[in-house]
Amino acid sequence: MGNKQTVFTREQLEAYQDCTFFTRKEIMRLFYRYQDLAPQLVPLDYTSYPDVKVPYELIGSMPELKDNPFRQRIAQVFSEDGDGHMTLDNFLDMFSVMSEMAPRDLKAYYAFKIYDFNNDDSICAWDLEQTVTRLTRGELSAEEVSLVCEKVLDEADGDHDGRLSLEDFQNMILRAPDFLSTFHIRI
Amino acid sequence: MAHKPELGAPQMAARTSVACSQLQFPGDRSRRKTSKKQTSKAEGTSGRHRAQSGQKEEAGGNLRPGSPRRKQSERRRRQEELGEQKRSPAGRNLEGRRKRDGKASFRGQRVPPEKEKEVPKEETWKQLKKHRSTSLASSASGGESLSEEELTWILEQVEEKKKLIATMRNKPWPMAKKLTELREAQAFVEKYEGALGKGKGKRLYAYRMLMAKKWVKFKRDFGNFKTQCIPWEMKIKDIESHFGSSVASYFIFLRWMYGVNLVLFGLIFGLIIIPEVLMGMPYGSIPRKTVPRAEEEKAMDFSVLWDFEGYIKYSALFYGYYNNQRTIGWLRYRLPMAYFMVGVSVFGYSLMIVIRSMASNTQGSTSEGENDNFTFSFKMFTSWDYLIGNSETADNKYASITTSFKESIVDEQESNKEENIHLTRFLRVLANFLIICCLCGSGYLIYFVVKRSQEFSKMQNVSWYERNEVEIVMSLLGMFCPPLFETIAALENYHPRIGLKWQLGRIFALFLGNLYTFLLALMDDVHLKLSNEDTVKNITHWTLFNYYNSSGWNESVPRPPLHPADVPRGSCWETAVGIEFMRLTVSDMLVTYITILLGDFLRACFVRFMNYCWCWDLEAGFPSYAEFDISGNVLGLIFNQGMIWMGSFYAPGLVGVNVLRLLTSMYFQCWAVMSSNVPHERVFKASRSNNFYMGLLLLVLFLSLLPVAYTIMSLPPSFDCGPFSGKNRMYDVIQETIENDFPTFLGKIFAFLANPGLIIPAILLMFLAIYYLNSVSKSLARANAQLRKKIQALREVEKSHKSVKGSAMVKDSGYTLKGSSKNATQFQLTKEGTTLHSSSQSQTPDQKAQGPGTSSSAGRTSLSTTKHIPVSPPPRDSGQPLPQTHPWRSASGKSARRPPPDN
Repeated sequence: MGNKQTVFTREQLEAYQDCTFFTRKEIMRLFYRYQDLAPQLVPLDYTSYPDVKVPYELIGSMPELKDNPFRQRIAQVFSEDGDGHMTLDNFLDMFSVMSEMAPRDLKAYYAFKIYDFNNDDSICAWDLEQTVTRLTRGELSAEEVSLVCEKVLDEADGDHDGRLSLEDFQNMILRAPDFLSTFHIRI
Repeated sequence: MAHKPELGAPQMAARTSVACSQLQFPGDRSRRKTSKKQTSKAEGTSGRHRAQSGQKEEAGGNLRPGSPRRKQSERRRRQEELGEQKRSPAGRNLEGRRKRDGKASFRGQRVPPEKEKEVPKEETWKQLKKHRSTSLASSASGGESLSEEELTWILEQVEEKKKLIATMRNKPWPMAKKLTELREAQAFVEKYEGALGKGKGKRLYAYRMLMAKKWVKFKRDFGNFKTQCIPWEMKIKDIESHFGSSVASYFIFLRWMYGVNLVLFGLIFGLIIIPEVLMGMPYGSIPRKTVPRAEEEKAMDFSVLWDFEGYIKYSALFYGYYNNQRTIGWLRYRLPMAYFMVGVSVFGYSLMIVIRSMASNTQGSTSEGENDNFTFSFKMFTSWDYLIGNSETADNKYASITTSFKESIVDEQESNKEENIHLTRFLRVLANFLIICCLCGSGYLIYFVVKRSQEFSKMQNVSWYERNEVEIVMSLLGMFCPPLFETIAALENYHPRIGLKWQLGRIFALFLGNLYTFLLALMDDVHLKLSNEDTVKNITHWTLFNYYNSSGWNESVPRPPLHPADVPRGSCWETAVGIEFMRLTVSDMLVTYITILLGDFLRACFVRFMNYCWCWDLEAGFPSYAEFDISGNVLGLIFNQGMIWMGSFYAPGLVGVNVLRLLTSMYFQCWAVMSSNVPHERVFKASRSNNFYMGLLLLVLFLSLLPVAYTIMSLPPSFDCGPFSGKNRMYDVIQETIENDFPTFLGKIFAFLANPGLIIPAILLMFLAIYYLNSVSKSLARANAQLRKKIQALREVEKSHKSVKGSAMVKDSGYTLKGSSKNATQFQLTKEGTTLHSSSQSQTPDQKAQGPGTSSSAGRTSLSTTKHIPVSPPPRDSGQPLPQTHPWRSASGKSARRPPPDN
């Protein structure tokens, strides 16, 4: 197998296996998925580390992501510049974190970043409103949304600064029974 | 994150731990030359160091809050400076030290790349290694005393780097950073491992390193291979992305069941059927292996074979075919013994595997009690299933999330709203009454049908329907009762989650009732056959006697034995039972497939294609597409497995049939669900119900164990068929084996063990152990509950503190408190709180900070204003310990750290 494929060198593959939760075959599959997104853009030879980014419009149209209300956030969090355009490395990173094998802490860290819409290192009421609106497609009334946000802050805000810090979020999410089973994308 | 040590810590530890080596390394006597005075100090510092490195460990595994990128970059900068400082002298001194340190570093390097769970072990290793190396260095040269610190530092670094490599994938860094870090770490390890590895054990060391690398590579390849070996992974993933994890859980369960059945099949096939076919007497040699003369004509007809009569009945698939010879073939294989033991071990293995998977399921789940605190948070952050990759499913999910939010809001607002409790109660009682009537009716129907079938079996030329009446009636009941129950359950007006449990319980009761009625009727049949057995036995003997003693044959030539097909024989009840189960399994399978074809596929075709020319919208309106019925399918699978367990003792081929069934149903149902089903509207959580299924499976296993145990223990086996014929009871085969094949003293021991005087105390002891363990677990649960209560109380205190702040603010800024009743209660709490806590020092800054915020957002409720308290940027210095465990302290700590009010 090592001789057939020339996309990566052996060392690259080994390094990717060290840095992600994927096997060699899965990495190759992910690469081909990535390459399929933009066949004219992505070269079939990655041994020389080409600097290629696939735009967010293509990333967001993947079947795994296209129905996700947080797809834009996911892409932004994992992209280098926060604009959602992803290199292969970012792409692998994203699916590694979202894979089954990733530990709770890692997932919780990235979930926090995803739900932190304004990137201010804490989930404030505005972030919560955004989350609820996306989850329900805006079908809750404004009072209901604010009530829900209030309740969430009431429940999870450990230090009462009116916003969820990463600690608060981790403290809450690590007790959630469904977090691990829902916060994962199969590919 | 903290993959490099704090500055100075290792040196200090290294310097002082020299003395420790004396205490902990008696093997190094020749090299101990340091004084004992330092001992106490060394203890202290090394302890501190251990604590520090422990902290590092934790940081490597867990993600630290704060802004890690900033911290990392900072730390890396610091490290690089440190590295520059450290490496240069290290490199200088290395040359001189290589020879001496070869062994030491070799000891150190043998530590395999650690996983996180090996942390304590690893810690001690580090200690040992450090001591060893320092003592070495100090013994050899007093002049290079500085270098030993460097050496330890390097060793430690190498270890750190190795650990970093192993846990690289757990770091929340972007890939580019991970790659560069990885490369750096690998280069470092490569360089210094090589450098340290010179000396005496150089060759061996290099070899070991090589092997370690190969081993890691092998493990990785093996892991790759193993994941490739899991069957139907892609199919299930496909389904999962279309239908969410709940539907996939059924298929995962099916796959698990297939694995279990494969093992059972291997056991039965390898230890019973193959030896019998290869070494046993061939077909036609003795009466039990021959089709009787009367049936011979029709024995090959398809209609006969389809009913598992004819040639199939007299084949190795059924109990009756086996001979009671003690040993068969040149291997002298003890087939009856093997038959019995396999029958027992089928149950043993199934019990073990079910309980093990239940245990492993419970280990992963957190306790349920904590969930009440975070209803809304969990709904907000974990309700979206990221697996969903299908717009229809996504639509349903959006709808269900919205409803669940609305439900919770309603619950929150009016939790004590009760309407006409009498009517509800009446309806529920009525519904239960109706359902019990249904259950009794179905039980009677089956009993009636089984009785009738016994009459039919005595008659000649019965029609196809009359022959298969039992199976048809049971399948029809299984098909029509669950929807009926669902209709009745609409009366009850339960919450859907509770309703689903009731529904599952009722279907379970129906299946179980049907199965047991069927068994009882079968048992009647068996008893009837047993009572007839004596007469048949006499007839057989009489026939044989007459045949051999009849006149009209040349007396000088011995008569050829009677052809086995002509020998009259009893109705082997074991085979009859086996055939019943076989038929039930096959008809069950066919009914399932036909239901899928008609109910799902044809319906889907109809809806899809007739929609063009129909007067209403078929897809959205009445027939619509079918949903995948998870609970029904899982229950069907469980009951099918129960039948397999019950029948496999009397029909060894049954497990083979079941393996085929599971295999085909995997492909067939995968196809059906993808082609003709729509995702669920009501979401059935997969994660928690999994153990529920397992519990049902365990119950069914136990219930199917009972009849088999009963027949083995208390019914005499048939006199002319099966491996136990001629014995009084089936289990006599064990006694026989012990007597004939084991030395006498073992037989005595077994007899002694089977003595009631020993068994009763053993049972008593087991009861005592159960009682003891039960009380222990109860007390632990109580302690758990108390701890939870404490946490709850702590939260309450916090909340009151929070409202203290809020109210103080409101009072000071002069806004009136208006809003919901919740705020009012908080306010009351506040009044109590103010007396308790002198919150002056936290009030003032709040007030100060609040100034601009409140002026802009005048007229809001107090809670919304509290949100706006712009607390000065939360303290995120990297060295600060986490204020996570004690929220109260953290809150106070934060308020203390705020910039002092300038008054």
